[in-house]
Amino acid sequence: MSATLPPPRLLPSGDSAVTVEFSRTIDDDANQRVLALDKALAASPIDGLTESVPTYRSLLVHYDPGKIGFDALGEKLLALASQPLPPATKARRWRIPVAYGGEHGIDLEDVAKALNTTPDDIVARHVAGDYKVAMIGFTPGWSYLSGLDKSLQMSRRQNPRLLTPAGTISIGGIQAGIQCLAAPSGWHLLGRTPVRTYQLHRNPTFLTEPGDRVTFFAVDHKTFEEQDRAAEAGEIIAEQVVA
Amino acid sequence: MSRLVIASIGPASTVQDGGRHGAQRYGLTVSGAMDRLSLAAANTLVGNEPFAAVVEVGPFGASFAARDGAVRVAISGAPRNADISGSPVAMDTSVTLKDGETLTLGFARGGAFTYLAIESGIKGEPVFGSLAVNARAGLGSPYPRPLQAGDEFTVDAASGAPDLRIELPKPSSGPIRVLLGPQDDEFDDANKALFLDSEWKISATSDRMGYRLEGPAIKHLHGHNIVSDGTVNGSIQVPGNGAPIALMMDRGTSGGYPKIATVITADVGRLAQTSAGTAFRFKAVSMAEAQDEARKFAQLIRNLPDRLRSADTVALNIEALSDANVAGYAVSAIDAGTWQVAAEP
Repeated sequence: MSATLPPPRLLPSGDSAVTVEFSRTIDDDANQRVLALDKALAASPIDGLTESVPTYRSLLVHYDPGKIGFDALGEKLLALASQPLPPATKARRWRIPVAYGGEHGIDLEDVAKALNTTPDDIVARHVAGDYKVAMIGFTPGWSYLSGLDKSLQMSRRQNPRLLTPAGTISIGGIQAGIQCLAAPSGWHLLGRTPVRTYQLHRNPTFLTEPGDRVTFFAVDHKTFEEQDRAAEAGEIIAEQVVA
Repeated sequence: MSRLVIASIGPASTVQDGGRHGAQRYGLTVSGAMDRLSLAAANTLVGNEPFAAVVEVGPFGASFAARDGAVRVAISGAPRNADISGSPVAMDTSVTLKDGETLTLGFARGGAFTYLAIESGIKGEPVFGSLAVNARAGLGSPYPRPLQAGDEFTVDAASGAPDLRIELPKPSSGPIRVLLGPQDDEFDDANKALFLDSEWKISATSDRMGYRLEGPAIKHLHGHNIVSDGTVNGSIQVPGNGAPIALMMDRGTSGGYPKIATVITADVGRLAQTSAGTAFRFKAVSMAEAQDEARKFAQLIRNLPDRLRSADTVALNIEALSDANVAGYAVSAIDAGTWQVAAEP
């Protein structure tokens, strides 16, 4: 990483939050800087800062304007953001089972047709991917992944579905996703995982963190049913790989 | 212990409080009361912390019955007719329901949300420090869903404290103030002007997630897809059809449409209480003004206890007078000691 990182843009998000924008596009370097700033803020908290929300390309910082003003906070954020990135630490890695196709992945065949190949080939390319949780957003536990195979990138559906099932594993544009709760979605549904990235009364409530690595592996639909019952009872199911 | 039993209640009524903070990074939104000032006023009237959990009553009516003892409650927010067995209860007052009595609230007359606070508060199991209902995430306590007839709250018996009222500042009827950004550069000057200079109405299809705005279509410079980034209460995003949506308390924590402006903290509750179909405008303010207003708003809430009055004295309230338009030319000449509400022409 070069010593002269371009400064992020500070975009006001109202009077009590500021968006620290590192890039306008999905960009792994920008995401790394987002997560580094997020970590730096956690390590040395700024008085008046209440919550930070990492996304692909920006860090949304909530603050109390009764404690710190926009200009003073902006200066501190720019100073932190200009620091060289710390050396990469070993990320946690999750192996996540997926029941592909059929009722659990209703778009798998259409995706294969659109990309001129077979459903098995789509699955093979999807499980071969080495993904990173770039952000969690929209609904609880919805993990947005970077690292989707370029050959699987296709635009989102013209007509977003009003409801897609809990545990949906999908792709949209250059992104891949693990969805926890049933929610509307315009992405292509490849399968479902029994893994709950968010489950109340389980420790931890949230499984994934921005920066975690993720790989998928295929399980048959019968295994999915068994794992789904175990997950409902509070089992984590996802395998954590210790590097 | 007494119980407060919901005898009847309309849709869009939930338990809400100051919101759930700290887990937006996991996609868990804040929820909480749509109108924080009214939330705090209702709580202050019954001696609760300002952001304690209350019943947020949606635009339709509701009735609450005290059982197994007396229950002290207070109402603030969207004005509506309220009575106990035909005896009227004023907005912004506290009242004690005797065992067996029922408080009946009519439809909201303007605005949408009225807050019913219960002395000693609503008991439940907080998640991330909050009892607020987030139906999509299955969160909220004691009922993680919209309230229904038959639901009940177990509460401490009423303290017997006297009935109080709270003198709130006259609600502003001015434009809803916004700060431009974070993505105002996704719009040209003509479209920014169109947004700021047009009259808007809130669509009837709005809810706690977002208020859809009806008015001219706002066009983007570079299309409507941006890479998702974080949202706040009051973010005004512009989707592909050009019809802006003001994101409210149950918003997604991130969104992929450009956000032309953000409603200032002091005005989010006013926007929340703007009735569907009522015309209003936006006005851009500076960061300095917005933050100044945010600090004043926080101070107003902190100092609400100073605004409590005994319910049976009628003090002069020029703001309320001019609001009700009953005094007109006479306001400046009024002798505060002798003037009586009953003497209005």
